[in-house]
Amino acid sequence: MPIVDLANPTRFLALVNRILPWLIAATAILFAVGLFRAMNAPDDYQQGATVKIMFLHVPAAWLGMFGWALMSVAALGTLVWRHPLADVAAKAAAPIGAAFTFICLVTGSLWGRPTWGTYWVWDARLTSMLVLLVLYFGVLALYWTAEEPGRGARAAAILSLVGAVNLPIIKFSVDWWNTLHQPASVFRMGGSTIDPAILAPLLIMALAFTFLFVTLHLAVMRNEILRRRVRSMRLIQAQELHA
Amino acid sequence: MSPFIALLVRDVRLAIRVGGGALMGALFFLIVVTMTPFAIGPDLALLARIGPAILWLGALLASLLALDRLFATDYEDGSLDLLMMGPLPLELSVATKAIAHWLTTGLPLVVIAPMLGLMLNVELKATGWLALTLLAGTPALTFIGLIGAALAVALRRGGLLLAVLVLPLTVPVLIFGVAAAHGAIAGPTPFGPPFTILCALSLASFVLGPIAAAAALRHGLE
Repeated sequence: MPIVDLANPTRFLALVNRILPWLIAATAILFAVGLFRAMNAPDDYQQGATVKIMFLHVPAAWLGMFGWALMSVAALGTLVWRHPLADVAAKAAAPIGAAFTFICLVTGSLWGRPTWGTYWVWDARLTSMLVLLVLYFGVLALYWTAEEPGRGARAAAILSLVGAVNLPIIKFSVDWWNTLHQPASVFRMGGSTIDPAILAPLLIMALAFTFLFVTLHLAVMRNEILRRRVRSMRLIQAQELHA
Repeated sequence: MSPFIALLVRDVRLAIRVGGGALMGALFFLIVVTMTPFAIGPDLALLARIGPAILWLGALLASLLALDRLFATDYEDGSLDLLMMGPLPLELSVATKAIAHWLTTGLPLVVIAPMLGLMLNVELKATGWLALTLLAGTPALTFIGLIGAALAVALRRGGLLLAVLVLPLTVPVLIFGVAAAHGAIAGPTPFGPPFTILCALSLASFVLGPIAAAAALRHGLE
């Protein structure tokens, strides 16, 4: 089905309702497998069992950044192509991305206490991730204050494009600055530096988190479309009462 | 008179005349810096160490405070609509407005910064360098703030929303501004690299800010 067909919200809703149960099932299975493999993964020779926090921390960080990237692409859809579902997609991605970023920061903080000796340091990776969370709050604030959904959507689209500057800063912060956070170890030139026994569960968990994101995103998009329908129905009703 | 000069002169005039509030930012800056020693105690050694940070934070808050006025008054009396229909491309008119705004709110901060630096026990010859970092960095604050001001006026909201939108984007300016100021005063870090990055941030925001702000106005006020 081409993306143009999905511009029709009714067709989109039909598609979502058809695939959502399968997505939920796939997410549950992936989490079951991923968590089981993560439990049975060997401990780190230095960090011991605390390394298992990584299986939540790293996927959450990826998805937190993915959420903003998705909003930026949707922003182009809103501003350039005026795709009717683009702003629904952007609005739905904002709270989910913020939640994943928050999970990343909290798990990172809990992981930092036993390994670095502190809950929080003001180093480049942590600070840029915190800025991402604050930027998410800014977008959410824009949606909350806009009286008319369309106007808020265009304002949020511009802010997400401007805020996309932060994504490469987060990604390369560990290379540009000398930080406490370790440099990239999964996707790097010359292969991963992580042992396969830990890498495999990590990738399964990342896939599970991605499925969770997509499932939640589609469900929130569906709710948002329905909410807008309710809103326009109420407006029509109010107009009829006045007439 | 070219439209660019005309708009610049108009905005500067409006800002410095009665009710324009051009010097409010500088006054606010002075008050913030005066309040700090009350909060942290008059320890001169400590003040000298954190002086640049206080000055930069004060300048950031002062320029944020004035952003509300960038488009709000023009929106209320309808001259913003005239600007959008005028002979200048909207990008250029918002850039002109931002330059005028910086001349009347950013530049006063730079001018009084050396005096405030002395109050915070920064050495006399270092105060000039400190003001130079503000001169290089405050345009970035104005042009990043321009985006937030355009978004806020498009939504007919201002105040706290503006702060929430703009402050996270100004983090790099603050980091490199304070780093350059520390380098200039005594610190072990060099002055050159953070200062050049600060200049780069100002130049980049000078290009990107007006484009994003014009897009926000076009989409918001149509």
